[in-house]
Amino acid sequence: MQLPPALHARLAGAPGEAEPLPVERDPAAGTTPFRFAARQDGDVQRHLYLQDVLTQVAGDPERPRVPEFTCQVAGCCQVFDALEDFEHHYHTLHRNVCSFCKRAFPSGHLLDTHILEWHDSLFQILAERQDMYQCLVEGCTEKFRTSRDRKEHLVTRHLYPADFRFDKPRKSKGPATPGPAVQVSAEALGGDQVPSEGDAMEVCFEHTELPPEPSGERRTYGHRIPSTICFGQGASRGFKSTKKRNKHQ
Amino acid sequence: MWSRRQRRLRPLSCGVEELRCRRREREAALRKARREQQLVSKRLLRDEDPEKAEGYVAVILGEAEIQQFLRLAQRGTEEKEREKALVSLRRGLQHPETQQAFIRLEGSIRTLVGLLTSNQALLQLEAARCLHELSHSEQSTVAEACLPATSYLLTYLSGHSSDFISPHLTVLEALGYALSQLLQAKEAPEKIIPSVLGSPLPQHMLQLLQPGPKLNLGVAVEFAWCLHYIICSQVNNALLITHGALSTLGLLLLDLAGAVQRTEDAGLELVGEELACPVLRCLSNLLTEAAVEAVGEQMQLRDERVVAALFILLQFFLQKQPSLLPEGLWLLNNLTANSPSFCTSLLSLDLIEPLLQLLSVSNVVSVLVLTVVCNIAEKGPAYCQRLWPGPLLPSLLDTLAFSDTEVVGQSLELLQLLFLYQPGAVQAFLQQSGLQALQRHEEVAQLQDRVRALQQTAQHG
Repeated sequence: MQLPPALHARLAGAPGEAEPLPVERDPAAGTTPFRFAARQDGDVQRHLYLQDVLTQVAGDPERPRVPEFTCQVAGCCQVFDALEDFEHHYHTLHRNVCSFCKRAFPSGHLLDTHILEWHDSLFQILAERQDMYQCLVEGCTEKFRTSRDRKEHLVTRHLYPADFRFDKPRKSKGPATPGPAVQVSAEALGGDQVPSEGDAMEVCFEHTELPPEPSGERRTYGHRIPSTICFGQGASRGFKSTKKRNKHQ
Repeated sequence: MWSRRQRRLRPLSCGVEELRCRRREREAALRKARREQQLVSKRLLRDEDPEKAEGYVAVILGEAEIQQFLRLAQRGTEEKEREKALVSLRRGLQHPETQQAFIRLEGSIRTLVGLLTSNQALLQLEAARCLHELSHSEQSTVAEACLPATSYLLTYLSGHSSDFISPHLTVLEALGYALSQLLQAKEAPEKIIPSVLGSPLPQHMLQLLQPGPKLNLGVAVEFAWCLHYIICSQVNNALLITHGALSTLGLLLLDLAGAVQRTEDAGLELVGEELACPVLRCLSNLLTEAAVEAVGEQMQLRDERVVAALFILLQFFLQKQPSLLPEGLWLLNNLTANSPSFCTSLLSLDLIEPLLQLLSVSNVVSVLVLTVVCNIAEKGPAYCQRLWPGPLLPSLLDTLAFSDTEVVGQSLELLQLLFLYQPGAVQAFLQQSGLQALQRHEEVAQLQDRVRALQQTAQHG
C-alpha cells in the first residue's frame, strides 16, 4: 500500500478541517451513507493480547538488587536494596512536602488542599460563614462546612475507608489525660469522636497501623517512618489556629 | 512511553513470519472456541494460570483464615511474611467460595484497598493481584463489592498522575484490567456501568488515555478496553462524548500513527496493536451516536489529521496485523458517512488510490473499501469528478469478477452512483467490457435487480 509522501507531513502539521466540496444529491441515487451500527462482538484481539501478557506476568519479574543504601532526605533513615522501592518511597513520602509543617502528602493536589486548610488564615475566617472544605475527590464539586462532614461524604459517597486520615497526627497509644490537655491529645489521637478547631481530617492512604517507634533508632528495611515524616507521625505544626471551635464541629 | 513497552515483549526467538503464523493459528483457535461458546475471557485467563497448570488446586478459605491473612498482611513485621500472606490469600481467591467468604467479611475490601495504597511496592502488587482474582468472579455480588474500591483507587492513583513510577503503573494497570473484567459481567449494563458513568471514573479514564510523554501503554490498553465495554453497553455514550472522549481518542490515534511512523524494527509489531484495536472500536462506536451532532465544535472529531493517521495505521496493519484492517476501515467508514469534509480530505490527500490497493486483501476488507468509496461518491458530482478517472473503474471491473455476493453488491452500488453523477462513466464502462462483467451475476437473487437496473442505464442512458 503506497501512501503519498505528503501524508506524513500532514500528520505532523496543524490541526484542520478540509473545506468540503459542495454536496449535491440526486433523488434517483436512492443511497444513504452507510454508517455501521455499533459493534459489540470481537474480543478476540483482547484475548490474544491477554494471552501474551500472561506469559510475561506469570512469574514475579526479577528485580535488580543493589547494595543497601539509605534515603538521603534529612531525617529519613529508610534503607533499600532495590531502586524501585526507593523510588516509590521517595515519591510517596518526600515529594509533596509542606514547607510550613513538613508533612508529606501523596499528591500535589492534597498538598495544596492541606496548605489551604491549615496554613491559610483567610480560610479559617471564610470557613465560619460558608462551606469551605472541598471534597478530596477530583471532579467532585461538593463542599462542606466542616472537615468531619467532608470525611463523612468521602466515606459514604466515595467509599473511602472509614479510618482514613487527612493531616492528623497518628493515634498514639497513650491514655488520654484530663483537662485542657484533652484537646491536644484528642488531636494527637486523631480520633474522629472529638472534633478540633477547624482542622482537616486526615486523608492518609497508608492504613497499616505501625507500632510506635522505640527510642533507639535502628536501620532496617521497611517499616520505620521517622518522626518528621507524615503520615501524621508527630510532625510539628507550623501554624496553630487559635480560633474558637466551630459550633457545628 | 513506547520503549517501556518493549521491555515487556518476549524476546524474538523465532522469525517474524513464524510469529505471525502462530498468531494466525491462535486466532483461528480462539474463533473456533468462541463459536463453540467455550470462550469466556475470564475463564480463558484462569486456564492460563501457570499455578493451575502445575496441578495446583485453589484452596477454599474460610472467613477466619481470610481475616488472619489480611491481618498478617497489614501488620506483619517481616515484609516477606506480609507478602506471603497475600499470596496465600490470592490463591484462595481463585475459588469462588473463598471470594464469597471474602466479601462477606466486614472490612475486607477496605483492608485490601489499604494495602493497595500502602507505600510497600510488593504488597501493592500482591494486593492488586488479589483484586484481579476477585474481578474474575462470575458472581455479581463479588463484582459489585469490588467496584467502589475502583473509584477510590483511581482517585488515589490519579493524584499521582504527574509522577507515575513503576509500582504505581503496575497497580494502575492491574486496576484497569480488573475493571475491564467487571465491565464484561452480565449485569454490567444494568448495575455496574451506570454507577461507573455516574462517578468521576470516566474522566479519570480519559485522562489516562491522553497522549503525551506520560502515556503508559500497558495502562492505556486496559482503560481503552474498559471504555470499549462501556461504550458497547450503550448506557450513556452521550455523556462520554461531552467529556471529550472523541477528541481524546482522536489525539491518541494521531499519537499511535506517529509512533508507527518512527518504528522500523520488525520485532516491534506488537507496538500499538493492542492499543489500536480498542481505540479504533471506541471511536467507531461513538461516531454512530446521534449525540455527536449535538455537541459543540471542540468535542467533535473534525481534524483531518485523523484521516492521515488512519491511513498510516492501515498501511502498518497491512504489513503486520491484517486482522486490524477491518477495524480501521470501519472507522473510516463512520468518519466519511456523514462528513463531506472528511470525504474531501480523502480526495485532497490522494488517498483513493492507496485505499483501492486494499481491494485484494479479503472479502470483508473489499466490502469496507467499496463502502467508503460509496460514501464519497454519494455526496454528488463534485466528489465523483475527483474520483474519476484514475484506477477506480479498473478496480471496479476487478471486483465485479469476485464471487462474493457482498463484494459484488457493493460494487454495483458504487457503479450506480458513478453512472448517475459522472458523465463519461457509462461510456468508459461499456468500452471496458463492463456489460459482460455484469452478465455473470444476472441470475444471483440478491443482485438481480441491481444488475438489471445498471444494464438498462448503460444501454439506454
